[in-house]
Amino acid sequence: MIIELMTSGFFLKAFVGGVLIAVVAPLMGTFLVLRRLSMIGDTLAHVTIAGVALGFLLQVYPLAVGLIFALLASFAIERLRKAYKTYAELSIAIIMSGGVALASLFFTLGKNFNLNVTSYLFGSIYTLTDLDIYVVAVVAVIVLIVVAVFWKELFLLTFDEDAAAVSGLPVRALNIMITVLTALIISVSIKIVGALLISALLTIPVACSLLIARGFRQSIIFSVIIAEIAAIAGLLVAGVWSLAPGATIVLILITILIVTMIVRRGLKI
Amino acid sequence: MTIESSTNARCHQDVIRLEHVSFDYQDQSVIRDLNFAVQQRDFVGLIGSNGAGKSTLMRMIVGLLKPKSGRIELFGEPIEQFNGWQRIGYVPQKNSFNPLFPATVREVVQSGVYGKRNVARRIQKEDIQKCTDAMDVMRIADLASKRIGQLSGGQQQRVFLARALINNPELLILDEPTVGIDIETQHDFFQLVQHMHQHHRMTFLMVSHDMDMIESYLGQEPAQQSGKLKFFVKHSHEIENCEAVNLSHTLTVRETESL
Repeated sequence: MIIELMTSGFFLKAFVGGVLIAVVAPLMGTFLVLRRLSMIGDTLAHVTIAGVALGFLLQVYPLAVGLIFALLASFAIERLRKAYKTYAELSIAIIMSGGVALASLFFTLGKNFNLNVTSYLFGSIYTLTDLDIYVVAVVAVIVLIVVAVFWKELFLLTFDEDAAAVSGLPVRALNIMITVLTALIISVSIKIVGALLISALLTIPVACSLLIARGFRQSIIFSVIIAEIAAIAGLLVAGVWSLAPGATIVLILITILIVTMIVRRGLKI
Repeated sequence: MTIESSTNARCHQDVIRLEHVSFDYQDQSVIRDLNFAVQQRDFVGLIGSNGAGKSTLMRMIVGLLKPKSGRIELFGEPIEQFNGWQRIGYVPQKNSFNPLFPATVREVVQSGVYGKRNVARRIQKEDIQKCTDAMDVMRIADLASKRIGQLSGGQQQRVFLARALINNPELLILDEPTVGIDIETQHDFFQLVQHMHQHHRMTFLMVSHDMDMIESYLGQEPAQQSGKLKFFVKHSHEIENCEAVNLSHTLTVRETESL
């Protein structure tokens, strides 16, 4: 049955997309979680959904509009964070509800277009096009190159933003870079993992690796491995039983987290 | 302590110079018209109660905050134009990082060489060697692959000191380095810092809450008081030779082991 599934075109696309996303999402997620920005993924995803819906309404490539929305939202979040310095979470709450409001507005406007809402909220492996996969691949390559080039700077920024500023690193530009890359990853991921669940792929693998990793490099490697296991297993389960892949991937991730916590307690690492 | 410039530029060049510096925080004046100079090889201890503006002052000196008015100079250059940040080593407050953060000791010490001059470049072999040397000096080489959060407070402080020393800084700024560390370790740490001051061409600015340790090295009388901030100073001429060794890795393993 699995062989049958693997040879089917639609599943192969989902598989390739899922494997690529599971590399870059926890990679970027590590920087977000360690900088206490876990919620930013969720926020950007909700806004992306609004963009996707508008894309359908305007008959433009939905992911492109979603990406533009995500980028605009990331800049809006930065602006609001400055305005409410010590209450920075406010910016996330405002943008998230704004995104959901817009999305629901566009969805109701687009009722006649027979828009499949659930496939964008929870992910689907049946609606992926070749273009979607190319876009995921391009984003994955961009993210990997940027992180490789700015590895040192991203580490210092994440570990100690003050020290990064004192040693003359362009802190603001690096912060914007992180948000833009996150927006890119999210907008290309929502078709597979779903807008409501993509932040799990950014954060839960990191939550697991924080419990076991000793160093930064190790933490990123562990989180990518964990995300890959969950993505591959989750897609197979979803394919075999026709379930939403976002749901299966996230539930497997949570299972891995629980097992990690139990094993760690048992071993007293 | 006054701000007239010294004639002996080699020995007494101003490393930090503050002129009429003021800072407000939400309409409340924290620092008012502060004039102060730290000269080469001085050891300056800064004491003040909570809210006296110690951290504000430190953050202004390392360029993280801008003064409301006044002028700050580092190594004779206005801070806005200052570009030699690798000449300054900075040891942050111990509790400024999350113990769960996944970083090994080596990764943290190594980050001391990351800066403007090598953005987007690969780490050089000599930087890795610098890191190994700094860890040797601070006797943390055997902890290199441990997660920093697993270390004791004293060990963590040595990690941050190693990171600050990796570029052979001329000025070392320590922001309450011993908060949350047991008395004995605090004492050891202070001994180490004193030793460095006496044997190496380095200038020190240290914020501390520990009156006893500051007084035992810097004397009981503050050299200057401004608001609730008290500055204690040991000048370079009070230690043996002003023309002491250059700190291009002269801080050897043997020296620190004698402590």
